[in-house]
Amino acid sequence: MTNHYIDLMNSDCILMMGANPAENHPISFKWVMKAKEKGGKILSVDPRYTRSSSKADLFVPMRSGTDIAILGGMLKYILDNNLYFEEYVVNYTNASFLVNPDFGFDDGLFTGWDADKQAYDKATWTFQMDADGIPKKDPTLQDPNCVFQLMKKHFERYTLDRASETAGSPKDKLEEFYKMYAATGAPDKSGTIMYAMGWTQHSTGSQLIRTMAMIQLLLGNVGNSGGGVQALRGTSNVQGSTDQAQLFHIIPGYMPTPRANLATLDDYNATTPTTNDPKSANWWQNRPKYMASLLKAMYPDADPKDSYNWMPKLDVGQNASWLVLFDHMHQGKFKGFFVWGMNPASSGANANKTREALTTLDWMVSVNVFDNETASFWKGPGMDPGKVKTEVFVLPPAVFCEKEGSVSNSGRWVQWRYQGPKPPGQCARDGDIMLEIFSRVRALYEKDGGVFPDPILNLNQKDIAKQGKQFPERFDSQKVARLMSGYDVNTGKQVANFTQLKDDGSTACGNWLYSGAWTEDGNMMARRDKDQTEMQANIGLYPKWSWAWPLNRRIVYNRASVDQNGKPYAPQKAVIKWEDGKWVGDVPDGGWPPSERHPFIMRPEGYGQFFGPGLADGPFPEHYEAKECPFEEHPFSSQLHSPTALYFADELEKHAVCDPRYPFVGTSYRVCEHWQTGIMTRWLPWLLETMPQNFAEIDPELAKLREIKSGDRVIVENMRGQIECVAIVTPRLQPLKIMGQTLHQVGTTWHYGWVHPKDGGDSANLLTPSVGDPNVFIPETKTFMVNIRKI
Amino acid sequence: MGKGFFIDLTKCTACRGCQVACKQWHKLPAEDTYNWGSYQNPADLSFITYKLVRMEEYVENGKVTDWLFFPDQCRHCIEPPCKMVGDMDDEQAILQDFDTGTVMFTGRTRNLFPDEIKGSCPYDIPRACEDTGVISKCDMCFDRVINGMLPACVLSCPTGAMHFGDLGDMKAMAEERLAEVKKIYPNAVLGDPRAVRVIYLFQTSPHRYHGAAVASLHGPKRFTRKEAFAKLFKTRRPLA
Repeated sequence: MTNHYIDLMNSDCILMMGANPAENHPISFKWVMKAKEKGGKILSVDPRYTRSSSKADLFVPMRSGTDIAILGGMLKYILDNNLYFEEYVVNYTNASFLVNPDFGFDDGLFTGWDADKQAYDKATWTFQMDADGIPKKDPTLQDPNCVFQLMKKHFERYTLDRASETAGSPKDKLEEFYKMYAATGAPDKSGTIMYAMGWTQHSTGSQLIRTMAMIQLLLGNVGNSGGGVQALRGTSNVQGSTDQAQLFHIIPGYMPTPRANLATLDDYNATTPTTNDPKSANWWQNRPKYMASLLKAMYPDADPKDSYNWMPKLDVGQNASWLVLFDHMHQGKFKGFFVWGMNPASSGANANKTREALTTLDWMVSVNVFDNETASFWKGPGMDPGKVKTEVFVLPPAVFCEKEGSVSNSGRWVQWRYQGPKPPGQCARDGDIMLEIFSRVRALYEKDGGVFPDPILNLNQKDIAKQGKQFPERFDSQKVARLMSGYDVNTGKQVANFTQLKDDGSTACGNWLYSGAWTEDGNMMARRDKDQTEMQANIGLYPKWSWAWPLNRRIVYNRASVDQNGKPYAPQKAVIKWEDGKWVGDVPDGGWPPSERHPFIMRPEGYGQFFGPGLADGPFPEHYEAKECPFEEHPFSSQLHSPTALYFADELEKHAVCDPRYPFVGTSYRVCEHWQTGIMTRWLPWLLETMPQNFAEIDPELAKLREIKSGDRVIVENMRGQIECVAIVTPRLQPLKIMGQTLHQVGTTWHYGWVHPKDGGDSANLLTPSVGDPNVFIPETKTFMVNIRKI
Repeated sequence: MGKGFFIDLTKCTACRGCQVACKQWHKLPAEDTYNWGSYQNPADLSFITYKLVRMEEYVENGKVTDWLFFPDQCRHCIEPPCKMVGDMDDEQAILQDFDTGTVMFTGRTRNLFPDEIKGSCPYDIPRACEDTGVISKCDMCFDRVINGMLPACVLSCPTGAMHFGDLGDMKAMAEERLAEVKKIYPNAVLGDPRAVRVIYLFQTSPHRYHGAAVASLHGPKRFTRKEAFAKLFKTRRPLA
């Protein structure tokens, strides 16, 4: 989130699209309802009329996977009707930048497409530079090569007719939606978006979110209160897990994972983003300090230049994301597998492939509070336990309330939790389990030696383990938190924040973004003080309640909420303002006086990006159909699918495009009553009582067609698998008229699995494809093709 | 004047936190449910389900224009007809607490006739155990309330739909919110605000939520002979 949950209440218009917050983020709805109470408009755009839709001022139905067509239509609507916030667009975005004249776009493809490599050469996706190496600009936005004009041209095709024809959304509803949302382009108004997996899990997921980010920039809705872009994270600490880099491409604090071609720390630091613009903060220029401090946190006794060599490195171009990982496992490239607090046999796309992949392992360790489809895969449907060679170890962990530590919410608040009850029986805290495994592996290296022992033998233990304690009481979460926040190596004193980190090895910091969470004044994350200034109270900002990264800033990019003189565009809900030579309100995005630095400090140029040359699939978003779709063409270009989407060649024939066997658009989701694959909720009788079996929701017309009644048992199937569930026939889904056809959608959940309950059904992910977004490789589990029939 | 609830249905998202919290506090077992083609599971109140979020799709021209959520529970009537009837057979079966106004079913409800008690309730709330004949329903979390705590359902509500406090305050809050809500929902109405301690704010006609959402839906109350006598006796008897 750029903002935080409470701040939703300050919005004049909340768009819920690609998310169903009433059901999946129920607490957020407290603030949604407060916004509504204050006169804000609530919009719900969804394939289904959901519990969130029931509270919306406007509901727009749509076909799953057509969000870019719909949002592209809104972008064009805003441009055509001059509803954008011009001063903001000119001063704070790259709309005025002049683009390389060789850049172009033709029939669904940008310049640089290499059909052999199935990838773009991005040589033309660049800006024209002046003599000082700063992008050339046309503040009048008239130059035909400026980003603004190129964007206008790009979205010319996104007419209301085409958007409606593609999405199946009624034209009048779409137009009403555009009008209501675009009204937040007034300087003193703000609109926000609540999105989740309904947006990310597409082969166009990154571009989809970019489309909305562009709309927000056009309307001046980034940096202000009640605005921003709100990613609703799917689990309680997934924000924290991303911050700590539980992804292959980053190391803690969103720094890129070293690759094999960057042999030395100097090589790595040579890739640090640069700028020639003195008014660009280019915050990432500080990366070498954060990297050296991270290395010092991992290897306190080594020079960072040496310990860099101990960091694991990815091969150049290596993709180690989820789908690729399980594809490699399927090919037998893995020996062992730790699966920790996860249930990939139900949670991952194409779960049958995952379940098969697990049989190739020599060993697997499952750490989970309940039995689940992954831990017991060897005795699952279609498995012959006698033939599965995988040895499975099951370790019992403590649950969330049995351990002390920090939990980071979607709004970047890092909140400290104390320990409640002690873990029962042999259950141990995750930190203790990890530390014990590490200690034993380390002991083996010490005793027997081995290849490349340095990274193991030199790893920091003093800042992790309690002195004189044994498993399971050795792991010290307070020490780890102090290490994450960082300290001066020479004095041992905690640093105040990341501005004190050094690139010479004199500071240690486990995650620069969390620097300041534990200072010499103590644990900032444990604060529960509601003290605030009047200005802060006005927007529900509590600076002394827990701590937020970065630097306790509650609304990021907040320098874009004020004009060039530091005066808030929306004085009635100001985030920051320049008063008597200083900033008041929230922690500003850098303390420089107004207009001395551009507000988007994490971008090298300092501007919000309409033209985004960093992505794999184009600098502008474009509508493509999902890899599985009911049409052979769409009205935007002759390029049916995203040309750069991740897929696996040996499964190519297994994607349904206009396949008469699988005529319905399938989509998957969660309900309020269960959580993720249901491991923690299916075993709770009170929750199971409320949602006892998996279900498939269909519209009444489809029900008639297939002679299905509500409550009937049905099979939903495609070429990857089938699930049995209960039919819910409901007018909350409606057949859509699209390109002359009547189209039906089938929705089902991924909460259930064969382990428990016995009549619960299995996961929707038996149906979802191994297809991914080309930038972040997230699986396309929100749009696929299915058939449904009565049992 | 006692205690009361104000339940603002314009803010209910049917998360069912209240339904589960009720079971948790009362240590009630889960029902062995089977999805009957609806999110509303269990399908109805029962001896072991005191609180149930009912869900109704309101359809116009084949399209859903409203999905109405109704966390159903005992209304703790100011003059509870169940007690009037129950007292005819056993005065200690149904009690009414003077301070809070809680209408409390005791184990001695086994001495009553379940169909009569159920039939006397304008809101169709009480449910009997088939084995023991004991009758149950919401007890206003009486044990929590007398200790200064909120009822479990109210505490669990994330959206601010459910409120609990002195009945006068709840009535005032309901009236105030009704006036506000009418701007968006002109047909909004409070459910029997003078007769009950659980005041619902309906955003549209109560019968769209549930057949027994408000008492008047049944038409003029018809009394059985026993109910008629019960009414007579009631005037001569102080509250338990």
